[in-house]
Amino acid sequence: MTELHSQTLTELAIGLESGDFTSVELTQALLDRVAEHNDKLNAFVTITADEALATAAHADAARETGSGGVLNGLPIIHKDIFCTRGIRTTCGSKMLENFVSPYDATVVEKLSAAGAVVLGKSNMDEFAMGSSTETSYFGPVRNPWNLDCTPGGSSGGSSAAVAARIAPAATGTDTGGSIRQPASLTGTVGIKPTYGRVSRYGMIAFASSLDQAGVITRSAEDAARLLGVMAGFDARDSTSIDQPVPDYTLSIGDSIKGLRVGIVREHFDAGLDQQTGARVKEAIAVLESLGATTVEVSLPNLDLSVPTYYVVAPAECSSNLSRFDGVRFGHRAEDPEDLLDLYCRSRGEGFGDEVKRRIMTGTYVLSAGYYDAYYLKAQQVRRLIADDFKKAFANVDVIAGPTTPSPAFKLGDKVDDPITMYLNDIYTIGANLAGLPAMSVPCGLVDDLPVGLHLVGAHFTEEILLRCAHQYQQQTDFHTACPEAFK
Amino acid sequence: MGISSFSGWEVVIGLEVHAQLATKAKIFSGASTAYGAEPNTQACLVDLGYPGVLPVLNEEVVRMATLFGLAVNATVARRSVFARKNYFYPDLPKGYQISQYELPIVEHGELFITDGDGNERRIGITRAHLEEDAGKSIHEGLGASSGIDLNRAGTPLLEIVSEPDLRSAKEAVAYLRKIHTIVRYLGISDGNMQEGSFRCDANVSVRRLGQKELGTRAELKNLNSFRFIEKAINFEIERQIELIKDGGEVVQETRLYDSDKDETRSMRSKEEANDYRYFPDPDLLPVEISEEYIEAIRVTLPELPDAKQQRFVNDYDLKSDAAAILTTSRALADYFEAVVGATDARAQVAANWVLGELSGALNRENKGIGDSRIAATDLAGLVNRIHDHTISGKIAKQVFEAMWEGEGTADEVIEAKGLEQITDSSAIETIVDRVIAANPGPVEEYKAGKDKLMGFFVGQVMKETQGQANPEQVNQILKAKLND
Repeated sequence: MTELHSQTLTELAIGLESGDFTSVELTQALLDRVAEHNDKLNAFVTITADEALATAAHADAARETGSGGVLNGLPIIHKDIFCTRGIRTTCGSKMLENFVSPYDATVVEKLSAAGAVVLGKSNMDEFAMGSSTETSYFGPVRNPWNLDCTPGGSSGGSSAAVAARIAPAATGTDTGGSIRQPASLTGTVGIKPTYGRVSRYGMIAFASSLDQAGVITRSAEDAARLLGVMAGFDARDSTSIDQPVPDYTLSIGDSIKGLRVGIVREHFDAGLDQQTGARVKEAIAVLESLGATTVEVSLPNLDLSVPTYYVVAPAECSSNLSRFDGVRFGHRAEDPEDLLDLYCRSRGEGFGDEVKRRIMTGTYVLSAGYYDAYYLKAQQVRRLIADDFKKAFANVDVIAGPTTPSPAFKLGDKVDDPITMYLNDIYTIGANLAGLPAMSVPCGLVDDLPVGLHLVGAHFTEEILLRCAHQYQQQTDFHTACPEAFK
Repeated sequence: MGISSFSGWEVVIGLEVHAQLATKAKIFSGASTAYGAEPNTQACLVDLGYPGVLPVLNEEVVRMATLFGLAVNATVARRSVFARKNYFYPDLPKGYQISQYELPIVEHGELFITDGDGNERRIGITRAHLEEDAGKSIHEGLGASSGIDLNRAGTPLLEIVSEPDLRSAKEAVAYLRKIHTIVRYLGISDGNMQEGSFRCDANVSVRRLGQKELGTRAELKNLNSFRFIEKAINFEIERQIELIKDGGEVVQETRLYDSDKDETRSMRSKEEANDYRYFPDPDLLPVEISEEYIEAIRVTLPELPDAKQQRFVNDYDLKSDAAAILTTSRALADYFEAVVGATDARAQVAANWVLGELSGALNRENKGIGDSRIAATDLAGLVNRIHDHTISGKIAKQVFEAMWEGEGTADEVIEAKGLEQITDSSAIETIVDRVIAANPGPVEEYKAGKDKLMGFFVGQVMKETQGQANPEQVNQILKAKLND
């Protein structure tokens, strides 16, 4: 038998079902992996070994009586942005270092109800603001493919843990690429569904109109399995959409013959590393070999997506993060002189530099006299970008391109240069601005580091993306590649 | 302070009313809105602004705002948008208040008041928008610290903004009373000022008569009774006029009314004002309502105070001022109509009883019509006994008091106390004869032309009968016998 940690979620589900091993055995095996490897990776903020084993034992008992859910006994990790009752939820910040949520996020609730075993909470950029996990108060996460490199961010703890075979799957959130970019940089699969597909309730807000929960897994099939459980309408989130959730695993086996794949010329210009571009083109050729046709499409306003994002996201975050004021929860300055001192020091001490930078940017763009020039203008451009996609999807089923401009960069390389760091999200941000589903699929290595193929679909076409990715993975084995030190 | 002291000046007032909507649950959470609970027992995670929680609109507030919009002849927006008003304060858990800014649910309304000269005046309503209330800071009894009670956080408010159409403190109060009456008629607010469910801020400015541009305004806050509103505005008008007369300038600022000292004082100037950085709340979808929805709500509009007052004048032949008082609340008007419906007497008689004895008794005990100890049909029973001459109006007051004290219906009280009017002519004649025989002097004087003495004789007869003789019959018989 393949070692447990090497198996995908789907393989593990079959193994549990056929009684090859128990959930307790599986959980213990993965907890051993955590103990062995986490010091190198720093992928976890909190490890919940005792709770995990208890849940696993419960899952095994449920299996005996045939009452387990569809994920019964399968271990996962939650990004530390999802509120978990009784287990601290830090959001990668000193501000919430000791915050214990009194409730579960809807995503957590749904996955737990399906029987998932939670191994712990994964490290992340502070309040999901970053592309390298270097803004985390708990220190950066390291990329299993090269410990000097970033695993991407903000869901870098999730991507590193999945890539290192510590867990078969992890939840993530994606505001500008925070699932797909880390997936790309670690050779994992990451999907951000349509805005409104998964409830945001209990997910600590960064930019409410862009935030969307998703998963990082090793295969498209695993992603399909998890997404089906997470997705669906939630009356507690007004922006969640009441549409039936298909069983994504049913259609992934179907052919992609005749699938129209859009290629955006601007994606392959000077900003893209040549080798990365080559891997992506090879991947597109594989899709063509499966019967897909390629169509050139234009996204004329694509170059405006990063500046638009860096107005909209900070504006919303400046308001969303106002609740962290030291009054009711979170970090509170000691011995404040007065109310203003309480606010200033609690926030000054509790937030890191990147969060402060974005709060200040956001406050500025919403200020009287600047609102029209920045926020309003950005909203208008956002509509243009969404319209570009809409036009493109009149002629194609998916848009394929690179997830990131280059493979993983070295930790420390971009940390002092926010603009270069922001440009890492240039291909991913558009899908957030337009609310579209998008995913990253491993498509090869560049200098021994993985890169990803980016697939974007029209609203609520997760099924097409997953099928396309799954069919691609039937022809390729990039997703099964494991970093040497973590085999 | 008389109006004359303002002569040569024009006063311009606009009011912002915050009416708490009478929903069971809060505007964006399921927590209860009941007043007076232990601090922080009615604040759920959404009200506390916990990380990760999201607001969900209580649709009942949309219905209530729509109802109000229709009642004041306003445009009800098919699409309105919730926005965040950002500022830091300990009783504002999220660091922003969810309100409506650019696209409110109600715009361009109006209502009519009667000004000091008895003329009807139209007062424009600029807008009415939905928003959540903040919590309350508590400073007493906590030493150097302050406490926060978030029970009120998230309570739904309808902020109703008038045009600067009001020209005196009296008009402001008349407008306010009208709004107060309307929201209670509609059942969308209990209007309780003591509990803070009906609050008012006033923007006051003055300008010399004939001056075109508006004067600089001051915003008065903390006006929590009709009386204080009038006093605060008048104080402020005088302060501004004196200031300008002395060569000073009014500065744009927020002023707090101190009812103990009867004065307003500066709270913060425009320079210290917040930049609220409004932007549409991305957690909430725009409120979109259909024409059908609006029409379905229009059907539920109750008869409004102005229409009811007019109907009372037309149908019941009441005086306008009596009709106005009877229609100040729907409950009072309904009570009155219930009395009218159960009696054959003229409506004016019923009105007299409702506004006279009944209101007096209620006021004495500081009660509202809903707490009346006499049901409308029972009061009608009393009026009927006057109408059919079973008792006189005077005896009726005695019966009323007994009824108020719970001694039974009018008939039971009359029966038990033997208060039925004496209408037997022979019985009255016997008594009249006795009175005439006992008062030869006055009889002489009367016959000599002193007509006024008739009152004396009636009084004597009534005294003999303990007021139970039918006064008309007594008059007739006395006249007949004395003029013999």
